[in-house]
Amino acid sequence: MIDETVDKSKRQFLTTALTVVGAVGTGYLAVPFLSQMQPSVKAMAAGAPVEVDISKIEEGQLIRVAWRGKPVWVLQRSPETLETLKTLDGQLRDPQSNESEQPATSKNPARSMKPEIFVAVGLCTHLGCSPTFRPEVAPHDLGADWKGGFFCPCHGSWFDLAGRVYKGVPAPTNLEIPPYRYVTDTLIIVGEEEKTA
Amino acid sequence: MNLKPTRLRMCGNWVLDRFPLAQVWNEHMAHYYAPKNFNFWYFFGSLALLVLANQFITGILLTMNYKPDAKFAFDSVEYIMRDVNWGWLVRYMHSTGASAFFIVIYMHMFRGLLYGSFKQPRELIWIFGMLLFVALMAEAFMGYLLPWGQMSYWGAQVIISLFSAIPVVGDDLALWIRGDYVISDATLNRFFAFHVIAVPLVLVLLVFMHIVALHEVGSNNPDGVDIKKSKDPWGHPTDGIPFHPYYTVKDVVGVAVFLIFFATVIFYMPEMGGYFLEHANFIPADPMKTPEHIAPVWYFTPFYSILRAIPDKFAGVIGMGGAIVVLFLLPWLDRGKVKSIRYRGGIYKKALMLFVVSFIALGYLGTQPVTPLATVMARIFTAYYFGFFLLMPIYTRWEKLKPVPNHITMQPTLEERLPEMKAVFDEVTLVTDGENSKRGFNPTGAKNVLIRTAKNLKESLD
Repeated sequence: MIDETVDKSKRQFLTTALTVVGAVGTGYLAVPFLSQMQPSVKAMAAGAPVEVDISKIEEGQLIRVAWRGKPVWVLQRSPETLETLKTLDGQLRDPQSNESEQPATSKNPARSMKPEIFVAVGLCTHLGCSPTFRPEVAPHDLGADWKGGFFCPCHGSWFDLAGRVYKGVPAPTNLEIPPYRYVTDTLIIVGEEEKTA
Repeated sequence: MNLKPTRLRMCGNWVLDRFPLAQVWNEHMAHYYAPKNFNFWYFFGSLALLVLANQFITGILLTMNYKPDAKFAFDSVEYIMRDVNWGWLVRYMHSTGASAFFIVIYMHMFRGLLYGSFKQPRELIWIFGMLLFVALMAEAFMGYLLPWGQMSYWGAQVIISLFSAIPVVGDDLALWIRGDYVISDATLNRFFAFHVIAVPLVLVLLVFMHIVALHEVGSNNPDGVDIKKSKDPWGHPTDGIPFHPYYTVKDVVGVAVFLIFFATVIFYMPEMGGYFLEHANFIPADPMKTPEHIAPVWYFTPFYSILRAIPDKFAGVIGMGGAIVVLFLLPWLDRGKVKSIRYRGGIYKKALMLFVVSFIALGYLGTQPVTPLATVMARIFTAYYFGFFLLMPIYTRWEKLKPVPNHITMQPTLEERLPEMKAVFDEVTLVTDGENSKRGFNPTGAKNVLIRTAKNLKESLD
């Protein structure tokens, strides 16, 4: 009766048009709202490179420096350690670092520019805890298979002293190596890549 | 006689003419009929509301002195603890309230598993409740970052990193949540905003929907009997009693008992041996060093154990999320036709019992460091956790159900059970020697009692 006199198609058109315009408008508004939760310009700018004096590091010693708010380790490895590293390939998930993050200059078995100086971001690639430095061989809590390395207390991931991850642990890839370069033999800058000619 | 209305009454009427206060009160309290056989397990709904109110009041007080700034946060919490009048009390009420909230909610959810409160027609109540649970976990997690201690920092680092395990968008998502490349002041500030405004609003809205949905279909009860089936001439359920005053008064007793425990923790063991407030959180956040042993607060540990048990980053995250998702699906996984455990088959009773064991075991393992044995145990219990839910469509079909009564049954009260308990006591402690009997341990009596108990247990589990 009344229905017959009402042109429903016009109503339908208006409803649809309003819905579409409203959805598009909401979408546009969502962009600034969501985007303002991204890192701010200031946060992106903070990330300045840090200089590390490595002249005073003794063999087997590890120092921590902060770079972009993350712990970066600098470790002086002994020749024995470097020998041990060569024997571990079979137990590692990614011994050649094909799946892992590092600058090209550190994509080698020892994962460093100079074999004895190891530089790495000290955050587990699993869920971002900072692994503990356990250079001793076969301590009682880690068992006889432990050849010295980094142990993540959060979820039990194992890394060797080149930051390479063992098989059968939660961490998927080797520890990240940050970009760094040698200014002199005893001074490195973390956060800047070696200039390639 | 024609009494002149008092001024107060006139004021009252003025409001009632403009706002349906009496109607709302009647619909949800005075004329809301609840089954008359509510037991212990039915205290936890109202207790959850009480704890929510506690968190709101103490939380608002805490924001008056807390500073959501990475430089000042830790010190401002210490300032509250030492220098603000009664600050320690308010802070401990809030931190203990968080743990109490989860105890109450876990009991409330277990009640649902016992009496089939999630089953038709209460599926939506269960869904709203699960959403509340998820919102509560988010609220607790974000609140835990605010004191900016070591555990706050590294706990948040781990949980936010969970998102980075999602393929393709994961890293960008984690970055977006943190608002920085690491957990920083930006993260602390936004977590504060979520913790004090956004999530509490969601919680209140969900509580409202949870209760509206409940009052639409009516409360379940320990017998799982629908009380709307039999009504008296006035249309009230014969097995029901008005929520007010019967259950409001009963709940006051529950509240009193709860507050005894609550106050005991606040005043005598506010850290609960490192379970409610972890020791490492009394050290300011240090982005350079993870504490030797990190574990989430106890209420997250069952899920955390599942995460650790799976030796793959993405699969671990899926397992952890899946452990919560399966709970949402519960109303459709359980094919048993009977609601209450009182009339369900032994297979469900056994499955539920093992589920409780595995949930508690996972919770315990989550507080412990990783060892090879603990990992194996966690894997077994994880398998059981999922087995309980995912095999439910199969094993609930095999159930040998018991007949469900038409009406609510009343369990004997403690007073009525006293003679029976005395008889058992006598059986164990009365030695008969000819005509004389004297007190003493009676081995045959004890044996008989044990055998009877075992038989009863077996019967109820068959």
